[in-house]
Amino acid sequence: MKGYINSFQSLGALDGPGIRFVVFMQGCNLRCGCCHNPDTWDYSGGKEFSASEIVGKAKRYKEYFGKDGGITVSGGEPLLQAEFVYELFQLCKAEGINTCLDTSGSIMDDSVRKLLTVTDRVLLDIKYTNENDYQKHVGCSYTSVLEFLDFLNKNQIPVTLRQVIIPTLNDNEENIALLKALKESNTCIDKTELLPFKKICQVKYDKLKIEFPFSAIPEPKADTMDKLNNLINI
Amino acid sequence: MKHENWNGFVAGEWQNEINVRNFIQLNYKEYLGDSSFLAEATERTNSLMKKLESLFALERQFGGVLDIDTATVSSLTSYSPGYIDKNNEIIVGLQTNRPLKRGVNPFGGMRMVKQACEAYGYKLGKKVEEEFRFRTTHNDGVFRAYTDEMRQARKCHVITGLPDAYGRGRIIGDYRRVALYGVDKLIEEKKKDKSKLAGGFFNTEAIRLDEELYRQIAFLGYLKEMAEMYGYDISEPAKNAKEAVQWTYFAYLAAIKEQNGAAMSLGRVSTFFDIYFERDLANGTLTEAEVQEIIDDFVMKLRCARHLRTPEYNELFGGDPMWITEAVGGMGEDGRTLVTKSSFRILNTLYTLGSSPEPNLTILWSNSLPENFKKFCAKVSADTDSIQYENDDVMRPIYGDDYAIACCVSAMKVGKQMQFFGARCNLAKLLLIAINGGYDTTSGIKIGPQMPVLDGEKLDFDEVMERYDVYIKWLSNLYVNTMNIIHYMHDKYAYEKIQMALHDTDVERFMAFGIAGLSVVADSLSAIKYANVAPVKNESGYIIDFVTTGDFPKYGNDDDRVDLIAKDMTHKVITELRKTPAYRKAIHTLSVLTITSNVMYGKNTGATPDGRKAFAPFAPGANPMHNREENGALASLNSVAKISYDDCRDGVSNTFSITPEALGRDEDERVSNLVSILDGYFAKKAHHINVNVLNRETLMKAYENPEAYPNLTIRVSGYAVNFNKLSREQQREVISRTFHEAM
Repeated sequence: MKGYINSFQSLGALDGPGIRFVVFMQGCNLRCGCCHNPDTWDYSGGKEFSASEIVGKAKRYKEYFGKDGGITVSGGEPLLQAEFVYELFQLCKAEGINTCLDTSGSIMDDSVRKLLTVTDRVLLDIKYTNENDYQKHVGCSYTSVLEFLDFLNKNQIPVTLRQVIIPTLNDNEENIALLKALKESNTCIDKTELLPFKKICQVKYDKLKIEFPFSAIPEPKADTMDKLNNLINI
Repeated sequence: MKHENWNGFVAGEWQNEINVRNFIQLNYKEYLGDSSFLAEATERTNSLMKKLESLFALERQFGGVLDIDTATVSSLTSYSPGYIDKNNEIIVGLQTNRPLKRGVNPFGGMRMVKQACEAYGYKLGKKVEEEFRFRTTHNDGVFRAYTDEMRQARKCHVITGLPDAYGRGRIIGDYRRVALYGVDKLIEEKKKDKSKLAGGFFNTEAIRLDEELYRQIAFLGYLKEMAEMYGYDISEPAKNAKEAVQWTYFAYLAAIKEQNGAAMSLGRVSTFFDIYFERDLANGTLTEAEVQEIIDDFVMKLRCARHLRTPEYNELFGGDPMWITEAVGGMGEDGRTLVTKSSFRILNTLYTLGSSPEPNLTILWSNSLPENFKKFCAKVSADTDSIQYENDDVMRPIYGDDYAIACCVSAMKVGKQMQFFGARCNLAKLLLIAINGGYDTTSGIKIGPQMPVLDGEKLDFDEVMERYDVYIKWLSNLYVNTMNIIHYMHDKYAYEKIQMALHDTDVERFMAFGIAGLSVVADSLSAIKYANVAPVKNESGYIIDFVTTGDFPKYGNDDDRVDLIAKDMTHKVITELRKTPAYRKAIHTLSVLTITSNVMYGKNTGATPDGRKAFAPFAPGANPMHNREENGALASLNSVAKISYDDCRDGVSNTFSITPEALGRDEDERVSNLVSILDGYFAKKAHHINVNVLNRETLMKAYENPEAYPNLTIRVSGYAVNFNKLSREQQREVISRTFHEAM
């Protein structure tokens, strides 16, 4: 079986614990206004790789992984190629490589459930904490994401809850309170990360000649991030 | 032998022979804890440092040179004692009678000294010129013997940076011996060695050694005199820590008064000092704050060290570095770490005194180093961009556990091995000369075997390689012979008396060759092999450019197809070099290190088949060409790690820049991720890495507004520089380098 891959990043220090080899899958079912990888949207783009080719690449970085690092599959939306990622993770486990899945959690079916049996950690990207914003700025239902999280919790798969903080949309205390509530009701969440919305990706949009939906929104101020981080960690 | 100043030390072989390693092994105390014990700078240190900072600022205002004593030839006793602030100094001694005042040292060559004086508005004193009128300098000697071909190779820059106009450097005296034994014992041992020669066969080698020993003994005497001028009698062993540091510093100071070598490294002193500190701390004569104060004062003296150079030299190397390299950490052969509290203390000077390129603090990294020390190093890197790392796990099996680093990446056993420094040849230019059948298009010089220019619409890989091999063979032979002349003459006319007096008499020698342009050559050959490279000729029929179409694997992406070309190239060059015997039975070694001269090498090299434009900079050292890495930082590191240390025993330099944001979200993450990167890179048997954790924006701001960033330090290639001391062109090149960023 072949996977469609956008690119590889040999040094991922931000997507999961420790040093990670990051695989960006091609194709996404969502169109988030804050997306920083618009080049991964198109299903038809990307290069074909077999799972064993990718494990072969990841193995070259094993010495750097230490006790925490490993592979992270991101995208795009990896769940769209769940069968392939399952095969990849299975091979990684056989090599003793820790597996991490960076996803929106918007898809749930049998192949996704199977994939989660070989996933050591999920980086769950919660875009917003209400149905309205999900419909408006993401293009899927919040309920489907909550169902995904529920499954993770029932199976006690460790989760890092992540959210991009976007001024005017979710940089408020109510949102943080809702995130905290999610954390309390789902014991699988052992870490939360608030990531500042960044506009460095504007160049990618320009290159693709696509409009960057949030180009008018400013990046959050450092003290806003500090404040929200303090709130969530109390 | 027993000495009362050794009371409290564990006895051993070191008492009966000159054996500093044995003393260290029997007496040092490894430290596995964290950095919380460290003391801050004292008020005295702060005020002395302030004084020094204002002198540094003044020196910058004066165009880089504060003052020159043009009337006195630099030597051990030629200046009256100098101080920064006599009553407040703990460790004393300056190169001349005033801080930052430079001496003149014409032994290596008169021309460079005269030019340097004139460039800064001085004129070399008449007396000095008179004195040297009837003397042969090293430079005179070399040019008497150089062949026409050697001159041409130098002129067209296929071999450059040769130490034929000033001191060769890269020799590390075992300065610790003076502290441990006192000078009298060292003289006595050298006298014994000299008397052993009597009765043997006096051939050239024996006669030369006999005279060298005479000069070593004489200079040990001058070393004592020099210390006496400062009020110290160093004939006996140091009796406490302060004296141990002072004695050691005097020995180093003598070396830099006598020699103006490019790289004047310090060795491996911190763990040696630690033994003395521990003894004084235990008997209550020192506190932690006082220990740090002694180290701080010592390091301040090192930061004052200067040689007089020409502006061209400064431009080439980004200021006037001394490469005062101190090797820190590493593991012992018995499995204990050589990390002590003083390994932390010397790194702590980057906080107590602020970040600085000198001394060139070099961590000997092993996977077995204590975790606490690894983390502290990573933190210091992230905070100061001032330290470099070298792989103890690949060097220790070869050099044992008492080696140090000369210059940037050259390992040698302290006091037992030395090297003949040989700069580097330009492999990319050589490729162009080969393609053009022995013609250098940038200088218009015909050189090497003469053949027709390569023909055809497209360069053929096998044909190019066959041709290249002929020229590598030719150049290697020329390079060794050129070096033989240089070092014969240096021994004859500018012999390192005090440094060699602090070596065993029976010393092992390396001859260190180097290459520049490795990544340009690897990518060019890869382009010829995997893409279509059409040569473009000028009206005289010489190839001056290339049209490269199609994609090809590029070095820096962990792709064996091209990485192995780079690896094979180093193997080929060292194999060819070994075929020509080296002066004094030296062992041939090879480095992939350019320092900041990668800009200059590029300037002298035409367009290359990899798509690099004519005269554009090379990547430094063994780095992949800028911005050709497509798979992130670790892929780039893996490519460099494939260059074998067995082929490049003189070091493989890699400079790595990463933004703080890409390394982790907070300090803890950044520190532990940097530790993982270093562990991984060195587990791949890589040799060296410079780490910069900074943003391109910071450099751009410093480029626009230099005065606002007087102390911005960055690692370049094997050493660190003040960003402000780089030429504008070098600054632009550093800014254009690959910064591994988070997207």
